[in-house]
Amino acid sequence: MTDAAAPGRAIERARRAGGARIGPDWRNIGFVLPFLVIYLALLVWPLFDGIWISLQKFDMFDGTGAYAGLANYKRLFADRIFLGAVENTALFVVMTVPAFVVIGLALALALNRPTRTAAVLRATFFATSVLSVTIVTIVWKMVFLPDRGLLTNALAVFGHEPVVFLTSPTLALPAIAIATVWWGIGLPMMLFLAALQQIPRELYEAAALDNAGRWRSFRSITLPSIRRTTMLVAVIEVVYQFQLFGQSLLLTNGGPNNASRPIVQFIYEQGFRNWDLGYAAAASEVLFGLMLIAAMAQVLVSRRRDEA
Amino acid sequence: MADIEIRGVSKRFGPVTVFDGLSLSIASGEFVVFLGPSGCGKSTLLRMIAGLESVDGGEIHIGAARVDTLPPGARQVAMVFQHYALYPHMTIFENMAFGLRNIGLKRPEIEARVLAAARTLEIEPLLQRKPGQLSGGQRQRVAIGRAIVKEPRAFLFDEPLSNLDAALRVRTRVELARLHRRLRATMIFVTHDQVEAMTLADRIVVMNEGRIEQVGTPMEIYARPATRFVARFVGAPAMTFLDVTVVGEDGGAVLRLPDGTELRTPVSPDGLPAHQPVTLGLRAEAVRVDGRGATRGTVEVVERLGDRTHLHVRLRDGSTLIAEDGGASGVAVDDQVGLRIDPASAHLFGADGLGRHAA
Repeated sequence: MTDAAAPGRAIERARRAGGARIGPDWRNIGFVLPFLVIYLALLVWPLFDGIWISLQKFDMFDGTGAYAGLANYKRLFADRIFLGAVENTALFVVMTVPAFVVIGLALALALNRPTRTAAVLRATFFATSVLSVTIVTIVWKMVFLPDRGLLTNALAVFGHEPVVFLTSPTLALPAIAIATVWWGIGLPMMLFLAALQQIPRELYEAAALDNAGRWRSFRSITLPSIRRTTMLVAVIEVVYQFQLFGQSLLLTNGGPNNASRPIVQFIYEQGFRNWDLGYAAAASEVLFGLMLIAAMAQVLVSRRRDEA
Repeated sequence: MADIEIRGVSKRFGPVTVFDGLSLSIASGEFVVFLGPSGCGKSTLLRMIAGLESVDGGEIHIGAARVDTLPPGARQVAMVFQHYALYPHMTIFENMAFGLRNIGLKRPEIEARVLAAARTLEIEPLLQRKPGQLSGGQRQRVAIGRAIVKEPRAFLFDEPLSNLDAALRVRTRVELARLHRRLRATMIFVTHDQVEAMTLADRIVVMNEGRIEQVGTPMEIYARPATRFVARFVGAPAMTFLDVTVVGEDGGAVLRLPDGTELRTPVSPDGLPAHQPVTLGLRAEAVRVDGRGATRGTVEVVERLGDRTHLHVRLRDGSTLIAEDGGASGVAVDDQVGLRIDPASAHLFGADGLGRHAA
């Protein structure tokens, strides 16, 4: 009997040479370490540090703080200006997020064609996104100027009295919302365009052979196919719009009579004008919680609809 | 009676003319296959019948109605797409019911039709699943089921087997043939696979560069190819061609082969110029190994297919012929063999590319 035929030899494995290996290896940590360090230092640490500051009576001048428990939070929920800011911000989100979804989708549907005009219009609608908030607010101040603004001139053509947007307690926030939607519509439009272009043309052809009209195709093919993108746009916009700041600061400065003051402006004023950092940090945590709840609620609702 | 009538249709994509005055008549209950290489226009023609491509000229009639101006849904046709085009977010039941709901059928009628089709195609257990949970073969059945429930006047298939693996393709082919027998519906099937065309079709329409090269039964297409293109495109291995000269007539054309030997064929030499080069087309089965054969050459490649063997033989003048031998052929590469050509199976092609065959 030869060696090769011996039972013991037949199952003996050759020693593995170096190269690809399967299974855990401590060296793998090296690949994720750079990300982990940045993630911990710039995200996790500030998050917990912020929570800690919000529990202190913090003096920004000498950098010292004294533990104050939930005192900042108690003060917040008794502060009419803060509660007003929460209401304004929530109202603003309710006004802008559906507008971003609906107008973004409508533009994407209208411009999802391979013509030169559509390409020019896509670029035009996206162009506003690259402007800074100062430019955007200057543009819209000129639109809303009550004596010689674009809107006043347009209304005058129809013999209508000028409407004072930015100094009206009821119209100031909608005016900021309009400017914001104009500013930020490019991103939702592009996301929807990308999603629409992923839908196979064959599906629409099959639907056409199945006697589905345009509305039916939209309801039964387009909308279900872009459900994830709709969710993405809604969550992104909720997170963005809760952070409203520059537009209201520059267009109305939170006025008139706090009618358009958002949470971030409140945080800015408490932290960087009144130097009350603990109080500002507490307001930030409330904002963080609100954003988290709103985004999670949307994810849960859409997931339930997915399963239904 | 013609069920589908295409009269002088034209189609242009920008400066490119795909069809110019193409006509075709398809009988009721017929299984017609559009066969041709990629880009020959076969899918475009199918899509024009379905209403998914506009018609730039001419008319298309289905039954008594002119349909080329009607929307796809009003043409009473159902289509099975190459990639199935199942609605990914709907269950299989909803996929099959979608078209029926859109024409306002009542729920019991829809359920009855879907269940009957599902039973026929053995997909009943899948009805509550979504397309993403199905294998390629199952999706294929659903796509066919979605067409069946509509009880259309004609079924249109756009290369429906090309995404299946080889074994499943053969099985589905047989099932389609059965389905056609049972439904007795008019079916148009687009493919570039000649085996699918030969096995399924009542009639094959061979297309090339937007033209119909030949319309005929599979055996007509195979045995009497109208053009050199059809001769080359249909049949595996492909027909081999030799440049020959007509040197006389003796009950048919007498040909001089490139190696100098002569072949007496029963093919009429009418219209072929004497002493000018013409093309002789030979299928493998028309060339047999025979030690006494006048034509001799060296075997270059031996392809064993089990029941038969194909030999690629280089003749003395350098041209190549494919010959057929038995499955247990003892011929090996580099062997010298004699070949016997069956003159009755010879096909002649003149400069016009048109085929001439034994009567």
